[in-house]
Amino acid sequence: METLAPTPEEQFQARIDADIRIEPKDWMPEAYRKTLIRQISQHAHSELVGMLPEGNWITRAPSLKRKSILLAKVQDEAGHGLYLYSAAETLGTSREQMLADLHSGKAKYSSIFNYPTLSWADMGCVGWLVDGAAILNQVPLCRTSYGPYARAMVRVCKEESFHQRQGFEIMQTLCEGAPAQKEMAQEALNRWWWPTLMMFGPKDSESPNTEQSMKWRIKRFTNDELRQKFVDMMVPQAEFLGLTVPDEKVKWNEERQAYDFGEVNWEEFWAVVKGNGLCNHERLQARVQAHEEGAWVREAALAHAGKRKARETVAA
Amino acid sequence: MNNSEWPLWEVFIRSKQGLDHKHVGSLHAADAAMAVQNARDVYTRRLEGVSIWVVESKHIHASNPDEAAEFFDPAADKVYRHPTFYDVPDSIKHM
Ligand SMILES: [Fe+2]
Ligand SMILES: [Fe+2]
Ligand SMILES: [Fe+2]
Repeated sequence: METLAPTPEEQFQARIDADIRIEPKDWMPEAYRKTLIRQISQHAHSELVGMLPEGNWITRAPSLKRKSILLAKVQDEAGHGLYLYSAAETLGTSREQMLADLHSGKAKYSSIFNYPTLSWADMGCVGWLVDGAAILNQVPLCRTSYGPYARAMVRVCKEESFHQRQGFEIMQTLCEGAPAQKEMAQEALNRWWWPTLMMFGPKDSESPNTEQSMKWRIKRFTNDELRQKFVDMMVPQAEFLGLTVPDEKVKWNEERQAYDFGEVNWEEFWAVVKGNGLCNHERLQARVQAHEEGAWVREAALAHAGKRKARETVAA
Repeated sequence: MNNSEWPLWEVFIRSKQGLDHKHVGSLHAADAAMAVQNARDVYTRRLEGVSIWVVESKHIHASNPDEAAEFFDPAADKVYRHPTFYDVPDSIKHM
């Protein structure tokens, strides 16, 4: 009996199942390409917009050491954005298109950056919790099926652990300081805890794309799995700091060998996703403004490069 | 607006004297000098390199992945190119 030749889709899935990475010029289903462009560009936008809440404190960092560290961290986030835009560009989209989609509001970025950074302790919470959550999301992405994305994530992950540690150190310093400093730390944790849990995305039962993404090995864990991991990691760290996680349902479950915890306020989650968070407007405006005010620099650099090239050609 | 996009460059970095340059990613820059400088800022913030090459992406020519099987086929059936193909008597040393 004659066996049917496998379709391109079947061959593709077989490569994925064998953990063979997909590279830019390989054949891939259109939906795989689209999913990746959406996810990678969203991730890149998050790195870019993520610079804003921390940039807010660079000029007001409490010491030169903290200022240098924060500057280096924010510069890293710009770098992460660039690695990721490059990875997305290998799929056939352009930098210009991605930025246009961000600026028009068509493309999303992580909702966490639509919350304001009100006190210095927020720099601690952003590093400790937000980068901590990002790391949990990102480590499995180092093995994601698309080669350029996986390679970009390896570089990102190497740099992220300093981000989390400097945040934890800020929290630890505050918690070992005066009562008012410790209070500031607790107050920041109260505000950041739930939004950080939202970073893992909607519940598995409400995340229709998860199944396909897992099948394509773009994703390796579900949103709920990662959220649980995060809680299990963070509750003991908060205890070490002498802080209380703002969720009275948090309790060690001996049977599950994991922490039980309360329900995220999903109404708030969707409201922020849809553009109604505290800072959505401000963040987008800051991005658009930076882009527009930088236009003349980009044009001038190109004109300068063109002139120099023309001169070189004449000289030759 | 479209003509104001800086061209794309591929970046190669020598991590250590004595090693070869390795592709690390790409970036946009108006010209080669700017590409080298941007590559330093984007890809070597933690002493990852001692030397940088950049080449405009449009100048890279690549083999076709759809033809990879036929293209690399000539090497597939020549096991005798590998030392493990040969039986060396146990008593023979230094080979
Ligand atoms: Fe980052
Ligand atoms: Fe990140
Ligand atoms: Fe980070």
